[in-house]
Amino acid sequence: MSGARDQVGRLLALVPYIQSRDEVSLEQAAADFGVRPAQIVKDLNVLWFCGLPGLGMGDLIDVDMDALEGEGVIRLSNADYLTRPLRLGSTEASALIVALRALRDGGDESVRPVVDRTLAKLEAAAGDGAALAAQVDVLLPQDVAEVNRVRGTLEDALARGRQVRLGYYVPARDEATERTVDPFRIVTAQGHTYLEAWCHLAEDQRLFRLDRVSRAEVLDAPVDQHAGVRPRDLSEGLFQPSADDLLATVLLEPAARWVAEYYPVESTEELGDGALRVTLRVGDPEWLVRLVLRLGGAARVEQPSDLSHAVHRAATSALDGYV
Amino acid sequence: MAARKSERLLNLLITLLVSRSYVTKERIRSVVEQYRDAGDEAFEKMFERDKEELRSLGIPVEVGYVDRAFEDEPGYRVERAAFELPQIDLEADEAAVIGLAARVWQHAGLASATSDALVKLKAAGVSVDRGALNVAQPQLAVEEPTFEAFWEATRSRTPVAFDYRTAGAASATTRHLEPWGVVSYNGRWYVVGQDTDRGAPRLFRLSRVGGAVRHDGRPGAFEVPEGTDIRALTESLAPPAAAHTARLLVRRDAAHGLRRHATPAGASGAGADAVPEGWERLEVAYGRTGGMADEVLGYGADVVVEAPEDLRALVVDRLRAVMATGAGATAGAPR
Repeated sequence: MSGARDQVGRLLALVPYIQSRDEVSLEQAAADFGVRPAQIVKDLNVLWFCGLPGLGMGDLIDVDMDALEGEGVIRLSNADYLTRPLRLGSTEASALIVALRALRDGGDESVRPVVDRTLAKLEAAAGDGAALAAQVDVLLPQDVAEVNRVRGTLEDALARGRQVRLGYYVPARDEATERTVDPFRIVTAQGHTYLEAWCHLAEDQRLFRLDRVSRAEVLDAPVDQHAGVRPRDLSEGLFQPSADDLLATVLLEPAARWVAEYYPVESTEELGDGALRVTLRVGDPEWLVRLVLRLGGAARVEQPSDLSHAVHRAATSALDGYV
Repeated sequence: MAARKSERLLNLLITLLVSRSYVTKERIRSVVEQYRDAGDEAFEKMFERDKEELRSLGIPVEVGYVDRAFEDEPGYRVERAAFELPQIDLEADEAAVIGLAARVWQHAGLASATSDALVKLKAAGVSVDRGALNVAQPQLAVEEPTFEAFWEATRSRTPVAFDYRTAGAASATTRHLEPWGVVSYNGRWYVVGQDTDRGAPRLFRLSRVGGAVRHDGRPGAFEVPEGTDIRALTESLAPPAAAHTARLLVRRDAAHGLRRHATPAGASGAGADAVPEGWERLEVAYGRTGGMADEVLGYGADVVVEAPEDLRALVVDRLRAVMATGAGATAGAPR
């Protein structure tokens, strides 16, 4: 059973944690370990029966139960052999080192010295455990600094409950827009970071991809209250087509098959030789026209015919630019 | 019961940790209450499992001989130097940086690995106050289900086999790899290593791996060549960086997405035609011609490629191809 394993793992940190601090409040310990106070009490109860081999008088770890039950304070003695935590495992050390490197690359110049100092100390303490970190590398996209700046502004607005004026690019319609929003939260999904907010322009809940925000300004106005508005459940993906959307049938040649994996399709039909017929919901017909143009002949709109004509017209007028 | 087992595991660990020499199984059985009370067979089973549980926590349980002269009685111990986290003294700002780093991973497994590491550092006396620093926190999202398998195979140096579909290919092929590293490049995760089918280093995008990653050899079956620089290797194998420049005519108030990485064309284009009314001439740096053509095509009649010629020709070819498909699908279409 993994319960005992997890508990022992926690105890091997809890015992030195308390000993390095003389005494700790139960609440603080629970917060630092990310568990409920009742779990810490259960863990401490295990220690009653632990100690030096033989468990004779004076061999047992001594937990001050009066202090725990009376004042909610943990004191512990007679465990001199467990004053240091277990060394970092290779995944623990590497995950932390890689995260620190990302912090270093994503931050501005001023944070580098402190991150470098921290990395050096952590690598020294992790010893062999840090070796894997050399094999995991993160090269942040170049626009990451810009996205982080926008994110900082939005987090500030969230913390202070203020409205934000956003300059936002809408690729589906190729529009640069200006709008005021009431921020709800910042979420990461499918490799991008989004602001979920109430949009005053659309009068609805919207997701804004941070790398498409050209400008973010915190306003003095406090956010409006939106009773009954809940954050969207993103576990089903970002594109949540509505039943009101147009249903289109598109034929995908092998080179365009990725479309079926990238966008939520309602149905797929294998046509042999790698070709695929899919149906998908389309909120904005112009989006599908742009997509099919991009696919350059590897995709064909079969239904509705209006859309297929729109693609044909768009290609004709684009070709006019080359004659 | 979990508590009883925790107690047994902890007492076993303490026994092995405080002893200066290897402890025989017999001695272990005599000092740990639950072993003492168990029958012979039950003890053997319990002890074997318990040792493995301790090891799975990262505790180095060593096996050796109690008396070197008589190599018939194995014993066990946990060497303190290998068990304990060495001294680490962090300044307040360094501790705060660690606290921030613990929130970077947006992946259940790695987020829990970083919080476990953080708990250990707190146990070593470090106090973490994230508020002490105001630093932008990047987030490392991992959505590819195969990430963990590649991370683990990299860690244990285990060759792997998996089904991989290159861009545009209709079906997947099975590839064999000695994974050297896992890399995030431009927001996408890749595994880099020796492709044993091709006999050369290759980069694979995790999102194109289909199905499960299978072990294709034993842990430790290969070595990463001395001096391998994962970052340099990735950059050399990754899709090329912007090395070409396109000269484009762009309709005013259109192609806003493209404008985000475009610059006004310099006057250097000697002999260039005058810009038509309502249009602008812009320059965009790009890596792959196909990718640039995709982007231009998405803007339809709002963007026209002037140069280079290969890009222009590709865009025209693709537009003709779109028209050809349209003709077949829309017999009797207007115009």
